[in-house]
Amino acid sequence: MPDKEKKQGTNISRRNFLKGVGTGTVAATVAPSVLISNEKTADAQMGDAVASATIQLNINEKSYQVEVEARTTLLTVLRDGMDTGGNNIDLTGAKLICDRGECGGCTVMVDGKSVYACMMLAIDAQGKQITTVEGLADGDDLHPVQEAFIQHDALMCGFCTPGFVVSSAALLNENAKPTLEEIKVGLSGNTCRCGTYPFIFDAVKTASQKM
Amino acid sequence: MASWGEASESRLIGKRVTRLSGKDKVTGKAKYTFDINEPGMLYGRILRSEVAHATVMGVDMSDAEALPGVKAVIPLIEVGKKLRYQGQEIAAVAAETDDIAKDAIRLIRVDLEELPHAVTEEDAMADGAPEIRDWPSNQSEPNIREDGDLEAGFAEAAVEVEATYHTPVQTHVCLETHGHVAKWEDEQNLTVWASTQGVFGVRNDFAQRFELPANQVRVITEHMGGGFGSKFGPGVEGHTAAELSRITGKAVKLMLTRKAEHLVAGNRPSMTQHVRAGATRDGRLIAYDMKGYGTGGISSGAGFTGPYVYHVPNSRAERVNVATNAGNQRAMRAPGHPQGAFGMDSLMDELAEKLGMNPLEFRRINDPNEVRQAQYTLGAQEIGWHRRNRVPGSGTDVKKRGMGLGSGQWGGGGGRGTEARVTINADGTVEAVTGTQDIGTGVRTVIAIIVAEEFGLAPTDIRVTVGDSAPGLPSGGSGGSQTTPSVAPVIKTAAAAAKQKLFERIAPLLEAPIEDLRVGTGTIYVVSDRTKTITWKQAAGQLGMESISEGGTWDEDLRQGGAAGAQFAEVEIDTQTGAIRVIKIVAVQDCGLAINRLTTESQINGGVIMGLGQALLEERFMDAVTGRMLNANLEDYKVPGTLEIPEIKSIVFDTHRKVTGVGEPPCIPTPGAIANAVYNAIGVRIRSLPITPDKILDALAEKKA
Ligand code: FES
Ligand code: FES
Repeated sequence: MPDKEKKQGTNISRRNFLKGVGTGTVAATVAPSVLISNEKTADAQMGDAVASATIQLNINEKSYQVEVEARTTLLTVLRDGMDTGGNNIDLTGAKLICDRGECGGCTVMVDGKSVYACMMLAIDAQGKQITTVEGLADGDDLHPVQEAFIQHDALMCGFCTPGFVVSSAALLNENAKPTLEEIKVGLSGNTCRCGTYPFIFDAVKTASQKM
Repeated sequence: MASWGEASESRLIGKRVTRLSGKDKVTGKAKYTFDINEPGMLYGRILRSEVAHATVMGVDMSDAEALPGVKAVIPLIEVGKKLRYQGQEIAAVAAETDDIAKDAIRLIRVDLEELPHAVTEEDAMADGAPEIRDWPSNQSEPNIREDGDLEAGFAEAAVEVEATYHTPVQTHVCLETHGHVAKWEDEQNLTVWASTQGVFGVRNDFAQRFELPANQVRVITEHMGGGFGSKFGPGVEGHTAAELSRITGKAVKLMLTRKAEHLVAGNRPSMTQHVRAGATRDGRLIAYDMKGYGTGGISSGAGFTGPYVYHVPNSRAERVNVATNAGNQRAMRAPGHPQGAFGMDSLMDELAEKLGMNPLEFRRINDPNEVRQAQYTLGAQEIGWHRRNRVPGSGTDVKKRGMGLGSGQWGGGGGRGTEARVTINADGTVEAVTGTQDIGTGVRTVIAIIVAEEFGLAPTDIRVTVGDSAPGLPSGGSGGSQTTPSVAPVIKTAAAAAKQKLFERIAPLLEAPIEDLRVGTGTIYVVSDRTKTITWKQAAGQLGMESISEGGTWDEDLRQGGAAGAQFAEVEIDTQTGAIRVIKIVAVQDCGLAINRLTTESQINGGVIMGLGQALLEERFMDAVTGRMLNANLEDYKVPGTLEIPEIKSIVFDTHRKVTGVGEPPCIPTPGAIANAVYNAIGVRIRSLPITPDKILDALAEKKA
C-alpha cells in the first residue's frame, strides 16, 4: 500500500463511497458490503423516494389510510407511520433489528402467515390482513402463545419477544402439534441474543397443548 | 444480623416467579428507547468513516443541509483530525423521517487523506507497522505476573505441553442497538430515553457534558434490549442526539444502525496465548509459562485470565495489549474470562492426556475450590461422564460423539451505592422505587418478590419503578453481575423498615406488643393469639392520610461474592462434513440464594448459549487490505439460532442463602467444555475459536496424513 494516498476533491470514487456510508441498506452479502454505492444509484433511490401515494392498510382489523413512498416498508409504517389524519400508528411491538431479513424481530402476520415486515414494502401489503403482536390478544385475553411465554419465562430483555411470539403463533397456525425439531425449524428465522431459546421451545410446546 | 431466613419459611424467595414485565413484553406494549415516539420527533443519523485510518481534509455538508426535511447537520470531527477506525463518526443529521436522514447522510461530502492502517494484531505488531495512535508503540508494556519458581517447577514436571490458543474478537450484538431519544424540555432541562445499563451514570455524564445540575437531567430506561457490558456511557451517539435536539428544539431519536453496532459499540478483545506447562506424574499442575496478546482495537483493555481457576505453584504470565485500527473494546460478559478459560481448560485436557489421566480426575487434583469439586460430581453424573470416549477419536462411525468439561469463577457480590424506597399507602398499595435498570435479568421481579415476601403479598401487588433517574434514588450500573446483590439488600432493609413502621401503627389496635406481630398471606396477626388478625388492607387503612415510606441501607450480610461453575458438554461431529452438533450441556452454576429460580435458570441458559456462540460461531472478520469489517451484519456474523440449541440442563447450585449475581459466570466454562468434547469425539484438537467445520475437516485431514 502506498504510504500516503492523496484523496482530494477530485477523487469522485472516494466521495461517492462515503456517500454510501452508514445507510445499512447497500450491502447484501460479504462481498458487496465493501463495495461502493455509486452516485447514480443513490440519486435514483432518492428520486424514487420523492414519489408518494396514499394507500389503505388493514392492520389488526382496523383500517388505516397512510401516505407512503415507494421505498417505505411495512415495518416503517407500523412503527413510525402516521395516518392521513395525523395520528401516529405507533405499533412498535415489531422491531427493526437486522434490517435485512435475518433476525425475525420485525415478524408480523400477513393473511395468517409470518412475514418479515422489514422486507415487505408497504404498498405490497394493501388489501391484506396484517396482524401485529399488538393484535394477537383478544382484549385482555392473551393468545395461548403469549400466556405460555410468560409462564415459561421465554423472554429476558424481551426485544426479540414480539417477533418470536408472532412466529410461534404462525407456526401453530400451520402445525398445531409440532415436535421439538419442528419448533426449532419453524422458529429458525428468529434470533434471540439473550439466549431464551430453551424456554421458548417449552412455551411453544405448552401453547400447542392448550390450543 | 440480617438474613433471608430459612428456605422452609420462604413463600416466594427461591421459588419460580414469572416476570412482572412479561405481559408488556409479549403483547408489544413494552416501550424500549427504540420505540419512543415523541410528538414532532426527528430522526438522527451519523455519517461514519468507511476507512480505517485517514486524515480529514474537508467536510462539505451544504447539500445535506439543503435537502427538504433536514433540520440540522453537525460535524463530529474537525478538519485536520485523524479517523482511526472504520465506523468513526464524521457528521450527523437530524431530519423529519429516518429515510430523509439516510438520504442526507449520503449527501455529505468528505475529503480524506488516507493513511496506512493495521487492523489485525499481526499487522500492528510487524516491523514498520503504521503508527495506530499516539502511543510510543502499538504494543503496550507487557503486564507480567510471576509466582514461585518456574525453573524448579519444570524440573519437577514429568510431562509437558506446549501449545498456542486463540480466540478472535467477538461483538456484543445487542438486539436493540445503542441509542437515545433526547429532548430538551427547556434550556435547562434535558430528558433522555437511553438504552443503557447505567441510568445514573448516563445522567451524570449528560449533566457534565451540558453543564447542567444532575437533577435537571432525567434519564429513562424502562426496558432495554440487551447490553452484555457494552452499554454504560452515552457515547458519541448519545451526546450527538442531545446536541441535535438542542439545536432543533425537537426530540431526536438516534439509534445506531446494525452495522455501526458491530463497528463501534464495543467488542470482546481477541486472545492469542502461547503456553508451556508441566505436571507431575501424580497429576499435579506444577509449572505454567504463558505469553500472550490481544487487541481491543483502538483502546487498551485486551486482558484475559491465565493461569485460571486451578492451582499452579510456579507460574509466569506475560500479556501485551495490541492497538489496531478497529473500534474499541468494551466489557463483554465476564471480560477476559471465557477466552482465558478456553485456553486453560484446553491445556488441562492436553496435560491429562499426556499423563494418561481422566481429565475430570486431573481437575479434581488441581482445583482448590470445594464448590466446584461438588459440581464436578453432580455434572459428571448428569451428563453420564462414564459414557465418554475412553480413547479420543476412537470408533469407526461417520458421526462421532465426545464429552468435555470446563470451569469458571466469578465475583458478583454486589456493593454499596443503591438507594431505594418502599412505600405503603393507606389504600394498601405498595410501591418500591430504585434507580437500577432491568436489562433483561429480571431485577424488577426480584424487587417485587423481596417486598412481597416481607409483606405477605403477591409480587404483582408491588408496583416497582426502576429505570428512571427522576425519583433521585441512585443505583450503580448493571455490570459485573452486581445488580441483584447490590439492590436486594437495600430493598430488603427498606421493606423491613416499612413493615416495622406499619407494625408500630397497628400494634395498639391489635393490643399486642410489636414483636408479636407477623405477616401472613395478605394478613397481619398476633403470633401469641392467632385469633387477632387483620387484613393487609385494614392495616394500611390505619394510616389515614399518611403513607409509610422508608429507605433501605446496605447490608453486607445479605450478599456474598464468589460464584463457581462447571459445565459438561456432549457433542457429535460428522467427520465427513465437519458439522458439529452440541447434543447436551450440563451447567452447574453456583449463585448463592437465587431469589427467583425461574429467571436465574434463564440467565444460566443465556450464558451457556452465548458461550456456545463463542465456541462455534462468532468471529469478527477484518479485511487486512481494506481495513474494513467483512461481516458487520447479522447474516455473516453468526449468533446462535434455534437450530444450534442443544438440550441445556441448567442447575442452580445454591450453596448458601446470600445473594450472588449470576449474569456473567455461566458463559465462562462453555467454550472450553465444547472444545474438549470435540477433541474427545475426533481425537484432534482445535486450538482456535470458533470451532468451525472447515477447521474440523482440516484437522482430520492432517491427522490422516
Ligand atoms: S429486522 Fe426484519 S428480519 Fe431482522
Ligand atoms: S430476550 Fe433479549 S434478545 Fe431475546
